[in-house]
Amino acid sequence: MIEIDGLTKRYGDKTAVDGLSFVVEPGVVTGFLGPNGAGKSTTMRMIAGLDRPTAGTVRVNGKHFPGAPAPMAELGILLDARSVHPGLSARNNLLALARTAGIGRRRVDEVIELAGLGEVAGSRAGGFSLGMGQRLGVAAALLGQPQTVVLDEPVNGLDPDGVRWIRLLLKSLAAEGRTVLVSSHLMSEMAQTATRLVVLGRGRLITETSIDDFIDHAAAGVLVRTPETERLGQVLAAPGVTVINDGTDRMRVSGTTAEQIGAAAWRAQLPVYELTPVHASLEEAFMQVTKDSVEYHAGATR
Amino acid sequence: MSAVMETGLSPVPATVAGPVTQVRVVRAEWTKLRALRSTRWCGLSAVVLIVGLGAAIAGSGTPYHVSAGSPATTAVSSVLLGLLFAQLVVGLVGVLAFSGEYGTGMIRATLAVVPSRLPVLWAKLIVLAGLVLPVTLLCAVVDFFTATAINAARGGSAISLTDPGVLREVAGSSLYLTVVVIIALALGALLRKTAAGLSVFAAVFFVIPIVANALPHNITAFASYLPSNAGGVLWGDPLSMSTTNPLSPWAGFACLCGYAVVLTALAAWRLRRRDA
Repeated sequence: MIEIDGLTKRYGDKTAVDGLSFVVEPGVVTGFLGPNGAGKSTTMRMIAGLDRPTAGTVRVNGKHFPGAPAPMAELGILLDARSVHPGLSARNNLLALARTAGIGRRRVDEVIELAGLGEVAGSRAGGFSLGMGQRLGVAAALLGQPQTVVLDEPVNGLDPDGVRWIRLLLKSLAAEGRTVLVSSHLMSEMAQTATRLVVLGRGRLITETSIDDFIDHAAAGVLVRTPETERLGQVLAAPGVTVINDGTDRMRVSGTTAEQIGAAAWRAQLPVYELTPVHASLEEAFMQVTKDSVEYHAGATR
Repeated sequence: MSAVMETGLSPVPATVAGPVTQVRVVRAEWTKLRALRSTRWCGLSAVVLIVGLGAAIAGSGTPYHVSAGSPATTAVSSVLLGLLFAQLVVGLVGVLAFSGEYGTGMIRATLAVVPSRLPVLWAKLIVLAGLVLPVTLLCAVVDFFTATAINAARGGSAISLTDPGVLREVAGSSLYLTVVVIIALALGALLRKTAAGLSVFAAVFFVIPIVANALPHNITAFASYLPSNAGGVLWGDPLSMSTTNPLSPWAGFACLCGYAVVLTALAAWRLRRRDA
């Protein structure tokens, strides 16, 4: 479990994380979403005790992490920037971390196999591709069989095989009762792996919800095609119902269901050619909730 | 999966990770230092510089004759001349211990598994000192016996380890380099960049002493207390005014250790306080 309370981080006069509070529960995969510069990586660095919060607290499995007697049993972390020594082999990189917790070579070889690095374990990590570097970073995070796993953009640079591997890995870690927090900018990836979502924008919490609610609440509606758009719009008018008509024979209705629209049209004897419930994709939902907080709009001048 | 859903929480399987101890962190740092190529190259260069240069000096010029005016210690310090260059190599290894990790990003992995941080500094200090002390002691001893054998074979005086001050110079050269590596380690931790750390190291150990030598005599009193000059008295550094230095050999060494203590304390303070 990760409990974040009033977390704030300022670098000079720039506020990277601003009064952030949320809880990451064990047993499920929690997705950590936000546009670039939203403060995801900074938050993860503070979880690992690498950056000192300006204000607020982080507790990992109920404890102050930097004071934990066996840190590798508590938290395994993959940070977005490469954090391996290029002059050391994959095995020695892992062994050096393992030694601090008295973890033996057997476990090191185990995670090497788990990460699919068996053939390159003896090669210097400096020659690794981005994908292999990510696999090595994930192997390092899993080394101590930690209760809590935090991965920053783990699918970055991975091939489709690697992406599938991460997806299954995250689910099995959560199924074992571990706490899993994973950030990604690939919303479709989140939809496939995460159960819970924490959405960040400009260092502030935008929403903390389940992935299903997140999609349902954003931009759901029904696409209706009818030659009588105006009259059907009048029939459907009710508090909470919005009708958007772009001037063609199509309109988008939200706040009611396809069944209710169909019944209303039948009662008013209006022809309907098409009636399609539309779910917003996670991307659309994400764009909606973060549109006010995107720090760097493409083409924006500053 | 269903069991997890029902209970909400299943017991997390046993972990292999034990508590962090200083001994374990020392083993971790030894794993890194031993496997790095830079360590091997630097070690090899130090051996060649100390032993090779010493043998070359003993084999050239006039054979050394011990007398009242030219004591054995002068002969020994002249064949230890390679130390002046070996200390740069030792400095590089010391600086790289931290700057290499900051430069590559490995420091984040290191500090995430030892979030209390200070054990990492102590472990690097123990591992570096534990490597430099025996290796340079062996170099100095081999250098001494090689050089004195060459000198004697060319008709010079036989010089013994038991001659006054000789053992102090031979062992002192190793003690000197051991404290130098600690100073370099602290510089690497403080400055975090290899170029910056090595530049400051070279400035303090090479440039400033030479510049100080060229200054008018009435303002060079401080030069005796520069790390290389103060520490140089212990092993008779021929370039560091060791004969005119008001510090005794052990007082000079204590002064050198003082620099190491202060810099290490600053490094410890910074390592704990600053974001990684």
